[in-house]
Amino acid sequence: MSQLKELFNEGMWKNNPALVQLLGLCPLLAVTSTVTNAMGLGLATLMVLVGSNVTISAVRNWVPKDIRIPVFVMIIAAFVTIIQLLMNAYTFGLYQSLGIFIPLIVTNCAIIGRAEAFASKNPVHLSAFDGLMMGAGFMVVLLVLGAMREVIGQGTLFDGADLLLGPWAAVLRIEIFSFDNQFLLAILPPGAFLGLGLLIAAKNVIDAQIKAKQVAPPEAEKGPRARVTSLT
Amino acid sequence: MILPSMTKNGAILTLFALLTTGAVAIIHELTADSIAEQERKQLSTQLQEVLDPSFYDNVLYNDCALINEPLLAKTPQIVYRARKNGEPVALVMRHITPKGYSGDIELLTAVFANGDIAGVRVTKHEETPGLGDKIEIKKSPWITVFNDKTVLGEDDERWAVKKDGGSFDQFTGATITPRAVVGSVKHAVLFSQTQFDAVFNASNACKVGES
Repeated sequence: MSQLKELFNEGMWKNNPALVQLLGLCPLLAVTSTVTNAMGLGLATLMVLVGSNVTISAVRNWVPKDIRIPVFVMIIAAFVTIIQLLMNAYTFGLYQSLGIFIPLIVTNCAIIGRAEAFASKNPVHLSAFDGLMMGAGFMVVLLVLGAMREVIGQGTLFDGADLLLGPWAAVLRIEIFSFDNQFLLAILPPGAFLGLGLLIAAKNVIDAQIKAKQVAPPEAEKGPRARVTSLT
Repeated sequence: MILPSMTKNGAILTLFALLTTGAVAIIHELTADSIAEQERKQLSTQLQEVLDPSFYDNVLYNDCALINEPLLAKTPQIVYRARKNGEPVALVMRHITPKGYSGDIELLTAVFANGDIAGVRVTKHEETPGLGDKIEIKKSPWITVFNDKTVLGEDDERWAVKKDGGSFDQFTGATITPRAVVGSVKHAVLFSQTQFDAVFNASNACKVGES
């Protein structure tokens, strides 16, 4: 149980693929112009991560060390292609707005990174959970960044959600405020860099505060020191 | 010494290659129909936007000709032919201009037999969000100014943005994008006016059963 908790912590916070490992930034920065795009890519990455982690963990005892990397690459590439085909078939509109970034999931180092660092050494159920948590951690960052950029850039939230979730989701669209001209900085890639920088900074501030709180008490509790150096 | 491990590793790699490509092939087979269906649906929505279905009674995506016209696009393009009771009504052309602000702009233009424009839509572009992307119908109605217009010959002066002395509005902060669109639509209309009959006489490149 504590192992699962540890994996949850690692994926969502301590070793978050986007905020700490800084992996997969290319799709992260490119598609987060709206929450819908962010959610689409986040879900696709999550599915690939869980799928590849499970498969790699399942075959880990049959793959010799020397050829593990090409095998991992093949497995990941197959999963990405499958997800791409499925999205093309069932979420066509979203597939078009994510465009090239779906096949580019294959280059997301977070995926092969987890395969090599975790799935190739751990049993299937733990690998599945690790993939789920890492994918969720990545997706949360995508969503937050997407929400920031969409609100600042266009003044809306969930614009185009119907492309991902079906026609009923059109009601999710929230118009927070409207401008005559969109705020370009937030929509263009530089805005994504600034937004991600702010998120990382915020995480570091929170970490620093937690640390300060944890370190303080033990110092106060220090009792009288026992002398351990023996005289010779 | 090294040979046994080489053969073993080679065999394992081959096995994984077969398994992974096999999985992709199966999924591809299962989704192929639905992907083709989605593409057809998207095409017919696009066609409906430029040319109202009440004008014709044939199935547009089953009736087309292949044309090779460098002014419209670098590669051969499909032109759809709209007919009513077998009579030619309009042409729907896909044309691509490389003169966009960032990359190609793909357009779909429908022109009636008399040379009037039925409708124009941008189907693909990479123009700056908030500036050049007003050519999209979703962002601005600008693209509808072409409706019912026509071109009077190669040197029709009205076919330019206002900045160049023509009659089309440019956008604040973006002149290159509308200039590219106006120029490309003009070429499409001129092509349709001169080649209308030739295109309708050409052989059908989209017969039913072919994809």
